[in-house]
Amino acid sequence: MKLNKAFDKSLWVFHVNAASCNGCDIEIVAALTPRYDVERFGIKLVGTPRHADVLLVTGPVNRQMADRVRRIYEQTPGPKAVLLCGNCGATSGVYYDSYCIEGPFDEFIKKVDPNAIIVYVPGCPVRPEAITMGVVEAWKQLEVLRGEAK
Amino acid sequence: MNEFLEAMIRLGAGAFVMVAVLIVSLVLKGFDRRFAAWLQARVGPPLMQPFYDIAKLWQKENILPERAVSWSFMGAPFLALVGSLVLLLFVPLGPVTGKVEGWMPLLEGYGDLILVVYLLAVPSLMMAIGGFSSGSPLATVGAQRELVMMMSYELPLSVVVLSLGWRLSKLDLGLDALSIADITSKPLWGEVGLLGVIGLLMLAVVFFLIIPSELSKIPFDAPEAETEIGGGILAEYSGNNLAMFYLSDAVKTVAFTSLAVALFFPYGISGNIGELIGTPLSGWAAFGVDLVFWFIKIELVYFFAVTVIRVGAARLRIDRLSWLYLVPLSVLSVVGAVMLYLDTL
Repeated sequence: MKLNKAFDKSLWVFHVNAASCNGCDIEIVAALTPRYDVERFGIKLVGTPRHADVLLVTGPVNRQMADRVRRIYEQTPGPKAVLLCGNCGATSGVYYDSYCIEGPFDEFIKKVDPNAIIVYVPGCPVRPEAITMGVVEAWKQLEVLRGEAK
Repeated sequence: MNEFLEAMIRLGAGAFVMVAVLIVSLVLKGFDRRFAAWLQARVGPPLMQPFYDIAKLWQKENILPERAVSWSFMGAPFLALVGSLVLLLFVPLGPVTGKVEGWMPLLEGYGDLILVVYLLAVPSLMMAIGGFSSGSPLATVGAQRELVMMMSYELPLSVVVLSLGWRLSKLDLGLDALSIADITSKPLWGEVGLLGVIGLLMLAVVFFLIIPSELSKIPFDAPEAETEIGGGILAEYSGNNLAMFYLSDAVKTVAFTSLAVALFFPYGISGNIGELIGTPLSGWAAFGVDLVFWFIKIELVYFFAVTVIRVGAARLRIDRLSWLYLVPLSVLSVVGAVMLYLDTL
């Protein structure tokens, strides 16, 4: 698959709340406000995974959400990237070792798709600047994908 | 042979117009997003953003849902785009000054206002068909809402269009009352009395309020409500199918706003500019000036009828939306038509 440059300039994001505490979700909304305005980079929040290029996942994955998140990931048309917002996605954060947690999300998604592009944005909660930075990292990952095709 | 040549020229001109309008319509969408950002005190995406979106969508995987009816699901986006492109052959684009000076819609004489009103329904109908065949409950709800909305705004739209044509036929100028080129060549504002002007104003208000709902923009975007039914009709579409709906929406925007301009404000400024600089403009210079002026006019219509309203308002519920078109706006349009009638007495 050869990607064109337009991918960098128009990333549509679908927000998946996988049992998050809502801290990161508030910060994502903050990133869309006029103060940070991620739309100036062409980033847009969409209402369905079918339109999305990036899955913005917040929270650890609990048992209730595990199957749903897997299905949302599979419903997203490729090429796609996953942006893990907050510590929970990478390490389960404060929910570490809890009886109801299925993930950390990255291990969980690697089981579904070994080649998944995952970008980690740490923070509890993440800052809007960090989310923007994470998108830049996602661009780099997609550039790698572009390089492989040549 | 001559007929063949003429047909070929028309074919070439049609292809040129379609490609040009595709570009213009995406630029118009870019302006819309810039201005919306400006109204919200944001920076906003670059002007070329819609082009990037299309180029990206064309790269994406095209998913056919398991429960979708495949032929209508895949066919609907294409037919929606074709429907709105065909519209361009009948709607006056750019400075149409009537049959006298030669600039007019490409297929003038082959179709009139009634056909345009029907063609306007094609993209919406195709979206509804696409929604119904997606096999998703969200898309089905969206498609039902789209049909309800179409049924609501078609009545005031037809009243506006027909009363304009009727008033033109009363002028006894030997003009074809429903031909768009004739309507644009003889703006009614100068031909009617005070009552008529009030009536025309009412019709213009109704027409301008139909623009956002015809294009499914906030607050009339119940069929595509993202936060509520996840994109509605478009919920299951991805990749180039989604891009085709996007393009069809953009083209319809240009067609509908320039129809509004042609019906209510078909003036050019090349004459005035010619007076201002001392030498009358003619030929291509006049055409260029009027073309730019036409773009400014449709952008202004789009800005006030769509951008300002969509930034400043929240989504209406579908029943209230339907009521708004079926009762107050229909009554307003009929009152406007009666005013035009009283003006002829």
